Amino acid sequence: MGIRFILMVNKQGQTRLAQYYEYLTLEERRALEGEIVRKCLARNEQQCSFVEHRNYKIVYRRYASLFFLVGVDNDENELAILEFIHLLVETMDRHFGNVCELDIMFHLEKAHFMLEEMVMNGCIVETSKSNILSPIQLMDRA
Amino acid sequence: MAGGVSSSSYYSSSIMETLFQRTLEDLIKGLRLQLIGESAFVSKAIEEIRREVKSTDPHTKSTALQKLSYLASLHFHDMSWAAFHVVEVMSSSRFSHKRIGYHAASLSFHDDTPVLLLITNQLRKDLASTNEFEVSLALECLSRISTPDLARDLTPEIFTLLSTTKIFVRKKAISVVLRVFAKYPDAVRVCFKRLVENLDNSDPQILAAVVGVFCELASQDPGSYLPLAPEFYRILVDSKNNWVLIKVLKIFAKLAPLEPRLAKRVVEPICDHMRRTGAKSLMFECIRTVVSSFSEYESAVKLAVVKIRELLVDDDPNLKYLGLQALSVIAPKHLWAVLENKEVVIKWLSDEDPNIKLECLRLVMAMVSESNVVEISRVLVTYSLKSDPGFCNEILGSILCTCSRNAYEIIVDFDWYVSLLGEMSRIPHCQKGDEIENQLIDMGMRVKDVRPELLQVARGLLIDPALLGNPFLHRILAAAAWVSGEYIEFSRNPFELMEALLQPRTSLLPLSVRAVYIHSAFKVLIFCLHSYILQSESMTSSFPDNLVLGVSELVLKRNMLEGSDLTTCEAPSAHCSEGFNPSNQSYEDLSIENGGDRTINHGQTSTPAFSENIFTYDSIINLINQVELALGPFTGSHDAEVFERTRHILCFIELIKGEITECLVQKGKTLESEEMKASKIIKLISDAFSEELGPVSVSAQQRVPIPEGLLLKENLDDLETICADFQVPASNLFSLGSPYYGEEVGVSPFGLQNKEESEPSNEATSLLTEHRKLHGLYYLAPEKNEIVGNDYPPANEPKLQVNPKNDTEDLVKLTVQSLATNKKPNHAKTRPVVVKLDEGDLVTITAKRPETKDDLVSGAVREVLVGSDTRTATSQRNPSDKSSSKRSKRKGKEKLNVDCSELKENLGDSEKLKHENPSSRKNKHSINGKERRHKSTGKIGEEGEENGQKGKQKSSHRHARHKASHRADAPLNVVSQTPVIPDFLL
Repeated sequence: MGIRFILMVNKQGQTRLAQYYEYLTLEERRALEGEIVRKCLARNEQQCSFVEHRNYKIVYRRYASLFFLVGVDNDENELAILEFIHLLVETMDRHFGNVCELDIMFHLEKAHFMLEEMVMNGCIVETSKSNILSPIQLMDRA
Repeated sequence: MAGGVSSSSYYSSSIMETLFQRTLEDLIKGLRLQLIGESAFVSKAIEEIRREVKSTDPHTKSTALQKLSYLASLHFHDMSWAAFHVVEVMSSSRFSHKRIGYHAASLSFHDDTPVLLLITNQLRKDLASTNEFEVSLALECLSRISTPDLARDLTPEIFTLLSTTKIFVRKKAISVVLRVFAKYPDAVRVCFKRLVENLDNSDPQILAAVVGVFCELASQDPGSYLPLAPEFYRILVDSKNNWVLIKVLKIFAKLAPLEPRLAKRVVEPICDHMRRTGAKSLMFECIRTVVSSFSEYESAVKLAVVKIRELLVDDDPNLKYLGLQALSVIAPKHLWAVLENKEVVIKWLSDEDPNIKLECLRLVMAMVSESNVVEISRVLVTYSLKSDPGFCNEILGSILCTCSRNAYEIIVDFDWYVSLLGEMSRIPHCQKGDEIENQLIDMGMRVKDVRPELLQVARGLLIDPALLGNPFLHRILAAAAWVSGEYIEFSRNPFELMEALLQPRTSLLPLSVRAVYIHSAFKVLIFCLHSYILQSESMTSSFPDNLVLGVSELVLKRNMLEGSDLTTCEAPSAHCSEGFNPSNQSYEDLSIENGGDRTINHGQTSTPAFSENIFTYDSIINLINQVELALGPFTGSHDAEVFERTRHILCFIELIKGEITECLVQKGKTLESEEMKASKIIKLISDAFSEELGPVSVSAQQRVPIPEGLLLKENLDDLETICADFQVPASNLFSLGSPYYGEEVGVSPFGLQNKEESEPSNEATSLLTEHRKLHGLYYLAPEKNEIVGNDYPPANEPKLQVNPKNDTEDLVKLTVQSLATNKKPNHAKTRPVVVKLDEGDLVTITAKRPETKDDLVSGAVREVLVGSDTRTATSQRNPSDKSSSKRSKRKGKEKLNVDCSELKENLGDSEKLKHENPSSRKNKHSINGKERRHKSTGKIGEEGEENGQKGKQKSSHRHARHKASHRADAPLNVVSQTPVIPDFLL
């Protein structure tokens, strides 16, 4: 399914957004997020952005205080996922104007909406910023 | 927040709480203020939510649900109890509420959620809604929570959406199809053609979505999608969208190994992309595709290696890492690529990123061969000394694993390897005790020639009192103790070993290891006594006693002199190789060092560490006393193992001691009569111990005769149905052994020699053979045929040929000393015999069960594709009128079946085959043959009818049947599919 989950986690390791594309129980999610966050946050800027975890890969990128972590299947293209993360951030930037952690916290629903436009069933379906944002803008106006 | 319109920041008072509810925003703000009492705050909030969610006001209810979803998603609070409320909110007419409901559903529903049954109609309604956002919500939800039932019931709606003119909805419907197929494979029959039609769509969004879906489908079973290769090829050449190109490349990476001619055709466009693109992601995908699936194309591989090089020398750690990964993919087939970059690889062995270091380590291990294992291991061990504990152990682990692979395949000089193990044990961070333990013992049992060296290494470990303090070494020490007991006959000085086994610091060992020590001490004792007896027997038989004594006295005197010369020599560190190791010195040194309270002074009985002469009467007595003294305290041990073993050895000593001491008194007289009993016992035990232990075959269990009364299942039909599942990842076909699969193996004539990697190609080539039979006309001359057959996957051979030369080059650089160009002749020693049992054959009985669902999907896909081939000419042009005719018929579930049977009537031969399939494998094969003949003559008429009927009957018991029939016909479809390989390939 390509992408299995998308997490946004702050420097303190608190999850700010979690989107899973397969069902996990609460306990599984808690364990997974704990392990991943511990692994990724411990790494520094000079280290690569890919971490193997269980039977998949985590591709992550840090923007200011927020980590974007994407869990993907092993044969997914890591660089493409990095570009995807960047696209996501740019899209949110365009919508919120210099997006920060608080924007995501208080507008979680919109962040989810953007993700839903971009990713469907673990596949990236939309990569144009204006296409992604148009439904949200419509709804804002409504 | 869309839902939380009321911006009231009131805190709920008991009266107004339904009116002035806390919004999600309030909740989040509240949570942020809680530094410590978060859980109390949350449980209070949950209380509120429980109340609010029961409200009849839709706004209150949905806000409550929104808050609950937030807590469930980010704070891991259970929300399954609210499932019914979720359903209620989903059915709200306001979009903002509905959205909250759908979000909550996709977050919390799963296959076992009972209320799932209630949402089918809601979903159906929303999927058919004119509001495209509602449709999108429903699709999103379906993509997350679809169950077989939901997928089955909603297939018609999805089918409609697949050709809707609203791009926004259509692309999502396309993505959902993937999940629907996975849950309900029969949907393939309905939807697949439309999915394929979308490949022709000019809209980039649609294309991106549909290519994504095919990428996933093809990764599960590439073979079924070969007929679509022309479409993918067009996209590969035409598309400008990197996301799409990456997905298409992934598809070709899967398809190419199945169809050599396809590979030939696409390799050039791929290289073009690789050369031209500015996007690193696309370039990397090209590289990965080439190294994984196009490794036979020399020029492409060369280009890829150039590009990998660019990645490797980049400053960006991401590119570095990916470059290393690509190298390790290509390493097995093109080791030269690794060797070309070995400086870089070795340089980054000390990178600061552990992931990069690990990749480097893997690559270095890939370079290891028989000829350079010694040097590489030396380099790595040096690295491990400098590394952090984690990576140090990674290094040690990979050395251990590589060297022991396949019964120490690459080891020629076992003496070296054993001493390397000894060296590794002393590395401070070493935590590989278990593995080293296993290998020490395993080699002892398998490799006879290494035993003397093994004993030396064990001795080195045992006599070093410092090692006893490191808990990670205890397992290794156990192995060393075992070795010293088992192979004591190679020891030059058993007394010294006994000393080491009984040293006071052994109290630091865990009891299980002490038990091994004690038992080994027993073996050593027996060995000494036995040697002593043999010696005195041989002496008594050849010389009169006094003469013997005289002689030995002379010897003793001489040794005294020499011994005193050597007093400076510290026994524990000195190797016995000088031949005059004065064991008594070592004895004393040790005991002094250990604060031992030895009562007997043995200064006068200096013994040469040489042949049997060391076993003098006094030394034996000392030995016995020493053992008694050291083991005495253990008689009170609470550990059964330790206690028992101590008792054994002490009782034994008691048994023989009397007689032995008596001999002292009667020294000079004939020992025979007195010593008879004791020596008999000793001989018996010694015999018992000298029985050689060997490695145990993994299949030993099978050789145990079946006890009477035990019923083993004779009929393995169940197994057959399980095994029959496999299709393409069918490496198992071979490993499972011929009895069941003889026939399939027969299909691919060169299958046996090539094993796993070549398996897909076998299938593909057998397809080709079939195809050739039917359309021989279009094929080139027959020698081409052979090329296809033989040139394809000599997977292992090139490696073998490339290895030695290149490796030695590498070795030259790796180490200063260069061994000559060829491997075998250089080794001073010939490789000793390694006892190998039958493990090789047994490795792969891990019959994994592939998911039946995937099987079903691909089976259905094949049917549809085969069918569509016959239909494309007529129906592909005008999909719209067909769908409209269906739309008119749509009414509930029965419609689905109509669709199916309709489709089925038009389907090609494979469908027919499937229906005629009896579940038994044998029958199937005979039919298979029959059908093929049929096909070539031209047939379809009667079967079409039959299928129509079956399609109708089937609806009721489709599931049950489906499984059975699909399992059986996996390989069969392969054959029947042959005719549709498109002309593009020819």
